Formats: sequence, C-alpha cells, structure tokens
Amino acid sequence: MDRPIRVLIAKPGLDGHDRGAKVIARALRDAGMEVIYTGIQQTPQMIVEAALQEDVDVIGLSILSGAHMTLLPRVMELLRHHGMHDVLVVAGGIISDEDARILKEQHGIAEVYGPGASTHEIVRFIQERCRTRN
Amino acid sequence: MDLAQALLEGNRRALAQALTLVETGGSQARILLGALFAHTGRAHIVGVTGAPGAGKSTLVAALAAHWRRAGRTVGIIAVDPTSPFTRGAILGDRIRMQALSGDPGVFIRSMASRGRLGGIARATGDAIAVLDAAGFDVVLVETVGAGQGEVEIAAAAHTTIVIEIPGAGDDIQAIKAGILEIADLLVVNKADRNGAEQTVRQLRTMLSLADRPADGWTPPVLTAVATRGEGIEAIAAAAEQHLVYLRESGRFTGREQERAARELRLILQETALERVRALVPTSEWDALVAQIVARTLDPYAAANQLLDRALSH
Repeated sequence: MDRPIRVLIAKPGLDGHDRGAKVIARALRDAGMEVIYTGIQQTPQMIVEAALQEDVDVIGLSILSGAHMTLLPRVMELLRHHGMHDVLVVAGGIISDEDARILKEQHGIAEVYGPGASTHEIVRFIQERCRTRN
Repeated sequence: MDLAQALLEGNRRALAQALTLVETGGSQARILLGALFAHTGRAHIVGVTGAPGAGKSTLVAALAAHWRRAGRTVGIIAVDPTSPFTRGAILGDRIRMQALSGDPGVFIRSMASRGRLGGIARATGDAIAVLDAAGFDVVLVETVGAGQGEVEIAAAAHTTIVIEIPGAGDDIQAIKAGILEIADLLVVNKADRNGAEQTVRQLRTMLSLADRPADGWTPPVLTAVATRGEGIEAIAAAAEQHLVYLRESGRFTGREQERAARELRLILQETALERVRALVPTSEWDALVAQIVARTLDPYAAANQLLDRALSH
C-alpha cells in the first residue's frame, strides 16, 4: 500500500547550527515526506534508537563539527547491530572528498552532500532510492 | 503471525514495524490487530491536548519521566499535522523528549495526522492498541496543536489532560463548547507567567457553572511549569485518581462500551468500503461516478446499489 517516505533528520555531535538541517527538513516535507526532526547534539545511540522506534526509511545526518569520521561510522555500526540494513543513510556538511569516499565505500553511507548541494538533488535521490522498497 | 509474536515478546523493532503496518492500514494490519486484541485493555491511556506551543511535548516528557521513576513503563504517541497540500509533515515532538532517550521502558512514536482533522490520526486508536498489547503500563497520546474543536482524543483516551496557558482568552472563551468540555484534568502551564492566577480562576469559575451529577468528577485545575518539572507530580497523581474514579464509579465500563462501539462502527465502515471496492471493477466504479457527475444518478442511490450487490454476494 502507498505510504509516505519517513525520514529522520538528526544532527550528531556538538555543533549547534541546524539551519541547514531545517532547510532540508522543509524541502523533504514539501516533497510529501514525513520528517521526524530530532534536533541538535544527538549521540549515535540516540539517533539509531529514534530511527528504530520511528521505523524510518531514511536517516539524514547533518554534521558540521568535523567529527564525521568518528560519529557517522558509529551510526552505521549501530544500525547493522540492530539489523537495520535497509535504512538509507545520507549525510550533509563540511566533509572532504576523501572522507566522503571512505564513508561511502567502507561504511555504507549512501550519499554525502556538501554545502553547495541543491535540495532538489537530495529529494530526487531519496525518492529514487525509496521507490524500490516494499 | 510472526510480527505479533515478536512484539509480544518485547522486540522493539517488531513493535516499530507493527506501528507502521497499522498506520498504513489494510488487511495485514487488521490481521495483526486481531491477533493482538486479546492482549489489550491493560494500559492507562492518557491524552494530552492544547494549543500549539502550550507545552504538550514538554509535559508529556515530564509525565513520562515521573512514571518511569515510579517504575511504570510508558509508550508515547505524538501526533503532528500533515500538510494538506503535499501530504508531507514535520514531526518535531521528539525534540522535547530527549531526556527519555536510552530508556528501554519508554517507546516514542511520532505520527502524522494524515488528513484527519480531529487532532489525532485515523490510526492513532490502533497504535494505542499496539502499545497496550506490547505491555506499556501507560500510553501517553499527544495530539496536534489543538484549537477549539479537536476533541477526538477524548474518545480514544481514558483520561484527557487539556493544557491552557495564561492570557489566552476571556471568560467567555472558557464557557464555549469544545475542547474544555473534554478535559478530565485542566493544566495551566507556564504558570510562572503573568496572568496565570487569573486563568486558573476563570477555568474554576467555568467549571462551577457546570451542572454536574453529585457522584461526578470535577476536573481539577492544576498549574505547572513543565520545563522545570514543577507541578508534574500533582498532575500524575490526579490522572491516577481519575482512573480510580472511572473504575469505582462504573464509568470505566461505560467508556469502554463507547470506545468499543465507536471502533466497531469505524472498522465496519472501512471494511465495508474495502469489500465493495474489491467487488466492483474500476471501470464500473468510474461509470457510476460519471453518472453522478452527469446528474443521471444520485450518490445515495449509487451507494445503495453497490451495497445491495455486496450483501447479496
């Protein structure tokens, strides 16, 4: 049966700038998705627990603090631990190309977006990747 | 069914998936709810409603923390509105519930209203049943930010808490029909603000004008500063007293009967519609719609025609 795509938007780490995360949340909402917004300073445990309870299709992580190489792999590890292999994880923030490559190839982050990414691009990516889910 | 079994054994992922299933609806959802039904009826269902920004999420989080300290497990359903234009929604109630994170005795689920206007979603009742079956002692339901008319929570909950904030209207607002009538408990939140005492007085006056039976329940008017946890203990105690009152006065059975009748009616409507749709080819359905548009058939006759056919099937 047709159901809206559910997305968790979270900010791991200690930085408090969530304007970018709010812009994305709003764009996903306008694209017809149900966006669970959890706010700033989330630990990987809190993020994965919320994703589990909310049974989301997608997790969007916004991170500007520079701690992405610690926090994002930890999120992926916890997801695997809970058997949540089917959850699509995308990240946005200030992440170098080299780090982005490692996050995608070694840790299973589906896509990494920099500060210049368009919200349309992100919406389209999520819609396409979620089209095949049951 | 595996999902029901896993949920009853305490698997939280199964619980989350069950909630998705009942939210989506359909025959699989009904089979699941049928399997869980015998395990429901144990939780105290507490609704929390009030205007946007009144402090519903904060109060819900504080009440949940209070009941956790008392050793009771808590399931939370937090409803936020769906966009009437895009079907999208921002569900932001978890932001105020961070302190509950990491506690296995708490389960929080955000829910979009998906087009329902009564303050809760179509599937909120089913989601309550799922959390009830999963064994939570208390199920807290937070409605969308309510105005005057979003009163459906009263039919879904045992105890309804209505939150007001200081300075939100005169004493005529307080005797208008609607949301204030459904309150079993009235809470004036943000009571550290100017005008709190006046709001309490107006609400008490409103209640004193009501013509109530001698054995009836008079909703207490309580104050709180939910962000600081002030007043929470008294609110929790009043909610518990209300449940005792419902049981001892026999009203509990009455409410359960109302709930059951309402459920049966809703499910019958939904199932009947689904069965008729399954029986009638789309082409025939479209032809009937076209006749109604052309005014050659009225919609009441069309509906009767379809129902007669389904019933004789």
